[in-house]
Amino acid sequence: MSLSIPHALSVWRRNAAMYRRTWRLNILPNFFEPVLYLVSIGIGVGAYVSEMDGTPYIAFLAPGLVCVAAMNGASFEVTYNIYVRLVFEKAYDAMLTTPIEPDDVLAGEVIWAVTRACIYGGCFFVVIALAGLAPLPSSLLILPLLPLAGLLFAAIGVAFTVYIKTIDLFSFYFTLFLTPLFLFSDVFFPLKERLSGGWLWVAEVLPLLHPVRVARAAFRAEGAPIHVWDLFYILGASFLLLAWARRGVRRRLTN
Amino acid sequence: MGPRTESSIIVEASSVSKRFGARPAVDQLSLRVPAGVCYGLLGPNGAGKTTTLRMIYGVTRPDSGTVRVFGIDIGRDPRSVRSRLGVTLQQNVLIEELSPEENLRVFGRYHLIREPELSRRAHELIGFLELGSHAKVPVRQLSGGFQRRLAIALSLMNRPEFLILDEPTTGLDPAVRLALWSRIRDLKAEGTTALLTTHYMDEAQRLCDTVAIISAGKVMDEGAPSDLIAQRLARETVELDCSPSEEPALLNGLSPTPQRLRVGRRLMVYLDDATRLIEHIRKLDQGQRRSLIARPTNLEDVFLALTGTSLEGGV
Ligand SMILES: Nc1ncnc2c1ncn2[C@@H]1O[C@H](COP(=O)(O)OP(=O)(O)OP(=O)(O)O)[C@@H](O)[C@H]1O
Ligand SMILES: [Mg+2]
Repeated sequence: MSLSIPHALSVWRRNAAMYRRTWRLNILPNFFEPVLYLVSIGIGVGAYVSEMDGTPYIAFLAPGLVCVAAMNGASFEVTYNIYVRLVFEKAYDAMLTTPIEPDDVLAGEVIWAVTRACIYGGCFFVVIALAGLAPLPSSLLILPLLPLAGLLFAAIGVAFTVYIKTIDLFSFYFTLFLTPLFLFSDVFFPLKERLSGGWLWVAEVLPLLHPVRVARAAFRAEGAPIHVWDLFYILGASFLLLAWARRGVRRRLTN
Repeated sequence: MGPRTESSIIVEASSVSKRFGARPAVDQLSLRVPAGVCYGLLGPNGAGKTTTLRMIYGVTRPDSGTVRVFGIDIGRDPRSVRSRLGVTLQQNVLIEELSPEENLRVFGRYHLIREPELSRRAHELIGFLELGSHAKVPVRQLSGGFQRRLAIALSLMNRPEFLILDEPTTGLDPAVRLALWSRIRDLKAEGTTALLTTHYMDEAQRLCDTVAIISAGKVMDEGAPSDLIAQRLARETVELDCSPSEEPALLNGLSPTPQRLRVGRRLMVYLDDATRLIEHIRKLDQGQRRSLIARPTNLEDVFLALTGTSLEGGV
């Protein structure tokens, strides 16, 4: 292991320096997106579905959507943005002329993706809280969950990105992986009420399911042993995927 | 200036090889760059120059052989080696949205340089490479010459003892090239060792104390430019247009047959005294105009002789 946190943070700062230029513009969609979801699905669909899993539909939706925002924030960074820096901008070639090592690059990018996940998810949470959909103070527990959700999706995305040879494959990643996750991970309906026993076990592989379950529990101020498993899944999967991504980063940046 | 190394050899590459797939890119190449010199790596496209440089700063791992920089095995401790050297890549890597000043600051952080030193060095380099008029403009709007200067400035942020420049002046206008040469000389005067690649033989001849000419990953010859010229070819060159069938008649009567080099219709003839050949050709041509020049033999001739078209006669 040759990771140097100060060097990783200098990679993080490169991205932050670019983001600082445009954050005023970039951050606005982060506020619009939740408003659109809540109005369309929460208020629109919610008018027909009065209650789900014992709560008003719009309140059922809210915590899951915060996790989705974190997932999207991290995913865009570690897919398109890393690929552009790697292949088109060749930013990592420049970094590797300095004492920065491939492990620092990976760590810096993951920390940056986690940062973006927190910004996305944080904005979403603010909107929801202003709309009165986040019971305080228990729902504040979702804030430490955001970096964890960000870490998980940063790890998944970067493990994909460093092994692919063309940018076109990201459309598969988004439409065949992230979109199904978004639709089938307890965000819109409780899986446990729609799936029978065996399938419920299979559904446990879905990564988004775990942060969503913890987020909803936080909103309801209720904890259960299963949330220990959720946290274990998030950390364990992140660790394994990053170990795998690390090989790819080394192979991609050095030869 | 950083601390000088104990050893006076900055780079010592010992029979390094690197292949990509089945093709060797660098083949049993050995190289020694002593402290304080400007060392040129010359070679045709694909000769393995960039690959050699990458092995020196440790991002390409040789299949065999060893590379020591500052006396340190680069494979063992790349971080400490790279903290003491600077690299200007063949292709500029700049953040287009940011200004030169911001680019310098971002890059300086890769070396863990902190404020206020960070700003101090950025300003110093903006002055040194005459980027002042454009220091706050997004890089995207800069001309190629300014972008290249900035790329070089980046590689100087850590005040390197050893500077690696991969084709520093390719695609630049003559004024910018002159300006960059003089900056490289300034650095050399301060004690910086430089290793550069170039396709411009005039650049190598003016700037480099020693050059290595490489072809297909092997060193063909190495030495001071003037020595290489003197050892390889005669002093003067007559360069003329002629077809292969005309050639024997034109060179008739010269004994021994001089060394010559053909690139298409262009023939270069190397001799110690060009006057006899020129008079002979003028007489044969009887006033017809033929493109012909006589000039001192230069590094380009040696380069072509060693890497390009095969040299005929003499040796
Ligand atoms: N990552 C790589 N994968 C496969 N082949 C490579 C790789 N890098 C270099 N090569 C091949 O190795 C050979 C040497 O390349 P290199 O870039 O070192 O040449 P060069 O002397 O720098 O050429 P140029 O003057 O065009 O910059 C070339 O045939 C090149 O195609
Ligand atoms: Mg090259």
